[in-house]
Parts: sequence; structure tokens; C-alpha cells
Amino acid sequence: MAKNLLSSAVFAGLIAGLIAALLQFVFVIPLLLEGELYETGARVHFGADGTPVSERGAPGLGGEWGRHMMTVAFNVVTYTGYGLLLAAAMGFARERTGLLITAKNGLIWGLAGFIAVQLAPAVGLPPELPGTPAAEITPRQIWWICSILATAGGLALIAFGQSLLMHVAGLLIILAPQLIGAPHLDTFWGVSPPELSAEFVTHSLGYAAIGWATLGYFVAFFLARGETD
Amino acid sequence: MTTQTANITAVRSNGFAFIMALTVGVALLTVSGMAQATVLHDAAHDQRHAMAFPCH
Repeated sequence: MAKNLLSSAVFAGLIAGLIAALLQFVFVIPLLLEGELYETGARVHFGADGTPVSERGAPGLGGEWGRHMMTVAFNVVTYTGYGLLLAAAMGFARERTGLLITAKNGLIWGLAGFIAVQLAPAVGLPPELPGTPAAEITPRQIWWICSILATAGGLALIAFGQSLLMHVAGLLIILAPQLIGAPHLDTFWGVSPPELSAEFVTHSLGYAAIGWATLGYFVAFFLARGETD
Repeated sequence: MTTQTANITAVRSNGFAFIMALTVGVALLTVSGMAQATVLHDAAHDQRHAMAFPCH
């Protein structure tokens, strides 16, 4: 079992990490690099002359291959890490409830993972374009982890709970971290155009959804295959 | 009797497998998303932003 969980997560993490990295280079990293132009002051929005107009256009990926290779490598590490959590959850649910794990319902597991790990925390802490000042890192990391745990726990109650009461409790647990609220600054400090920040948020969430769906599909695919061998 | 013993052993080893997978998974995510050491932060920077980890 341990070997099956580990190998499923590693193979699925490699596939999902590479696909996610490819999508990021096409859709997300160019926006990130464009954001850095405002972070460094190479471009200025809301300038002192009173004309909040700046040119649109990403600078291109450039020749920083070392930097981009790191992005690919860390995507594989991240997706393998999430793959291990997914594999453990799938294996546990299969053992406890007799649930059949297939590649197809793995898609649902992956999308539930996306909701718990990307969407719910992003409701409180929107994905940040570089150059967006934010509250202290430690309280944000704590809120981020708590919102993931609460959302995952709430989704599990809704998915596996036997009564309406448990389903309602699941929803309330999902809402709790949002009601408490994520740590934020008292002031707005952003230097980049709001349109650019908004696009960065929708792109990073949208392509993470594809990454997670791919991860769920392949973790389940390899888990199911490992059981029949 | 023999069957019972085998079942108990199987369940125990699965519990270990789940905990092992969770531990290794969290360790990997700590490295790729959470650790603030400068070298790690800089190398993982773009990926952290793209995956919406709370970064610097």
C-alpha cells in the first residue's frame, strides 16, 4: 500500500506538474513578469502626472532559463506533495467506506482538492502579483493552512456524511475561516494596474484547476492500477 | 484465527502507509511553498506566486 501511494503520487505529480508548468509559462508567468515591471518601477501606473494609463504587454519569458527550470522543478515538487495528500485521502476513503477509486471519479477528487487548496484560500487571500504589499507572512500562512484544513474537512463531511445535519455542519466549517477573515493591511499599497492583478488571479486559479483535475485523474488512475497488479 | 491476524496486520500497515504519505507530502509542500530560507524562496518564487502560496 505504501509503495502504491508513493508511486501513484510521484507519477501523477510529474504529469500534473509538467502540464501545470507548461500552462503557467503560456498564461501566468508572462503576467507575473509584467507585474515585476511595476514592482521594480520600470513601469509606473497612477503616475504623479495624474494620468493612470500604462502600456499593456508582457515582457516575454526572456532568457532566464535557470529561473524557469526552477519553476518547472518546484511545480513537480508541489504537485507530488499534493498528490501524496490526495493518494492518502483516496486510499483512506476506499478502506473505510469501500468507495471504488477510478480515474473518472479521480477528477472529482482533484477538483475538490482545487476547491480546498486553491479556491477557498484565494477567497480570503487573493493570489498576489509580485509587488503587492500584504500583511505579515506568518499570520497569512496560518490562515491559509486553516482555511485549507477547514474546507477539506467540510467537503469530506458533505461527501461522506450520512445526514443533512452533517452536510450543514460541513458548509458551516467551510465558511468559518472566511467569517473570521484573512489577515489584511489597513491600507491599499498596490502599484500595478487593477486589471493586471485581476487577470493574474483568474489565470492562476483557472490553470491551477486544470493542474488539480489532472492530478486527481492520474493519482486515481495509478492507485487503481496498482491494486490490480 | 489465522485470517483474523492477517486482517489486523493489513489494516495496521495501511494506517502506517497513509501517515507516511501525509508526512512526506507535507514535507515536500513545506519546501516548495512555505519555507522562507532565501535560497529556497528565490528558487521557488515564480511557482509560489503561480500556485498562490502566501509568498513574502
